[in-house]
Amino acid sequence: MTNDFLVFDHVTKRFGAMTAVNDVSLTVKKGEFFSLLGPSGCGKTTLLRMLGGFERPDSGRIYLEGKDITDLPPNQRRVHTVFQNYALFPTMTIWDNIAFSLKLAKKDPEEIEERVDEILEMIQLSDQAWKYPNQLSGGQKQRVAIARALVDRPLVLLLDEPLAALDLKLRQHMLIELDTIHDQVGITFLYVTHDQGEAMSLSDRIAVINKGTIEQLDGPAKIYEAPANRFVASFIGDTNFFSGEIVSIEGDYCFIQCENFPQIQAFNDKNLKVGQKVDLSVRPEKMRVTPTPPLPEKGAGINVYPSKVNDIVYQGVYTRYWVTSSGCKIHTLRPHSRFLLDQEPITWNDDVFLWWHPDDGYMVEVKED
Amino acid sequence: MKKDNLNPLKSKKAEWVVTLPGFVWLALFFAIPAVIVLAFTFHGHTANGGVGDWSMSTWRELVDPDYPAIVWNTLRISFWVTLWSIVLALPCAYAIARMNSKWKNIVAGSIMLPFWTSFVVRVFAWKTMLHPDGWLQSCYITWLTVKNWMLAWIGLASHAPIDVASSTILDSEAAVVLVSVYSFIPFAIMPIYTAAEKFDFSLLEAARDLGASNFYAFRKIFIPGVKQGLISAILMVFIPAIGSYVIPQMLGGTDCVLIGNKIFMRAIQMRNIPHASALATLMAVSVLVPIGCAMWWKRRQNARDRKRLEAQTARLLVSRH
Repeated sequence: MTNDFLVFDHVTKRFGAMTAVNDVSLTVKKGEFFSLLGPSGCGKTTLLRMLGGFERPDSGRIYLEGKDITDLPPNQRRVHTVFQNYALFPTMTIWDNIAFSLKLAKKDPEEIEERVDEILEMIQLSDQAWKYPNQLSGGQKQRVAIARALVDRPLVLLLDEPLAALDLKLRQHMLIELDTIHDQVGITFLYVTHDQGEAMSLSDRIAVINKGTIEQLDGPAKIYEAPANRFVASFIGDTNFFSGEIVSIEGDYCFIQCENFPQIQAFNDKNLKVGQKVDLSVRPEKMRVTPTPPLPEKGAGINVYPSKVNDIVYQGVYTRYWVTSSGCKIHTLRPHSRFLLDQEPITWNDDVFLWWHPDDGYMVEVKED
Repeated sequence: MKKDNLNPLKSKKAEWVVTLPGFVWLALFFAIPAVIVLAFTFHGHTANGGVGDWSMSTWRELVDPDYPAIVWNTLRISFWVTLWSIVLALPCAYAIARMNSKWKNIVAGSIMLPFWTSFVVRVFAWKTMLHPDGWLQSCYITWLTVKNWMLAWIGLASHAPIDVASSTILDSEAAVVLVSVYSFIPFAIMPIYTAAEKFDFSLLEAARDLGASNFYAFRKIFIPGVKQGLISAILMVFIPAIGSYVIPQMLGGTDCVLIGNKIFMRAIQMRNIPHASALATLMAVSVLVPIGCAMWWKRRQNARDRKRLEAQTARLLVSRH
């Protein structure tokens, strides 16, 4: 039963001619931190609003704890939303904002007091209780919005891009705080974001959504390392694509002949046959760029290509390089795990070697002939 | 020090220059006339309609047994006009603010449309519409008949025939309230609409999300959210309602005489300017005193609220340690 805690069953929603959500089915487990990740306009917010009760699906049903909630108005669903702009009531104090849902539920005053005080302490804003929302900072408002939605213990907490309005430092801080709150309350979180970093660092599972359909539903590592298709690979993080055809197979490895690039060796985990067309994705951090060629390793050979450096962007932790090899522009990076000045220097227009292990490429899309 | 000079409004001289036209305007057309009106009340009047010597005779004349009733009538009718205007304007302003921008402009514009026709003409049109032979009157009689019949049927009243002659809308208080609401409602809709334009409607969604019904969200979130607009709307309707004399003159008959009519009668027909001034002053005082009391009460309430909230915070901080 816990596996069927929250179910979207073939849900479709159209706005005029535009299909915002197209036949989406997904299941969220109880207590899970689940993210809907996708570019803006992909339908993730519409999914959230249908669960909140602000939109009604054109077809399909939504079940919560086994009950069909598709046609219930928002105030009869035990789900609460943290809105992107916080939507705190400006005419009420922080305390009254948080107590809002408890007062509506006609809880007795002592219990309301106890629970509001408790959650104020959890978000560390007890000393701000008498202030009004416009007297708080962005991060504080965010915490109040979360507290207000959590205080009467909903079954699911919906978060609609909650960190989008915060600056970078605060966002990183709130990420950790959100994670802590999720662990403390044990409520199911449904998190909508277009920021892959947020989704990856918080989620138990992520649904990558594009044009109203789910492209992939998996854990963060799976989504990054084994993307289901070209869209997922390019939307989550940076990557280099090589399109080509398998020309030969040796044991676990295959050789790919690209249209405008030399042969590439790759791990054939999908048991593909000679003649099939593939897209190979190689992440920048999986590639090396060195002034000298690598030592040959045992077993499978390494993909090595002489290249020329086009662009260098130093970013402290690592340096990004854009190199040209056989006319292809390739994006790679070199981490500085040792003191930078000890490393062999690479500068613009240097002739370098670009190389990666065949296991580090991932074949993302198999185009059927 | 230098920084202050960068802002031209920061220097005292510039402040004066900027605010002077407003001051002059208010002084010329509000403060000085008000003082003159007040001064007139301490004069007698001359036979040819002029203002006489300093005297308390005007105030002594004011002890007319009719006046308290007329002041009370004026306040009561203004109250009902304001109440109905606000009750009707609130949902109207809400609906306009939620329309898409194209319809918003069309509807907001058409609310102002009646102002293209002369006010007196419009009131006169009502006089025709409410005529005892008109269809509005016959609708009213039908309604009274049905109501009587229903009351008799459930046993609350005995079945009595309607006295058609005495049940006219025209020349009654109802006609004055009806047409006043019609005339003043744009002044109620506009400030509320302006406030509603700035209102963040996602707050209503947030309230719904947290368990509120639509009506509860409207009452507890929307109405406090447009409070400033509501206050201006009340003033915009109440103040002209207090001073109105065209509507009661044309539609109120002999039953509904308001202070505006009395002032008009004293000033124009009886040519007793001091007496009219005294009536105007009386009316102003009877409006300003309750408003002053309300403001004092509100301020006290705010101070109490603040104290309560501070106590609440103190309690929270104590419970933490």
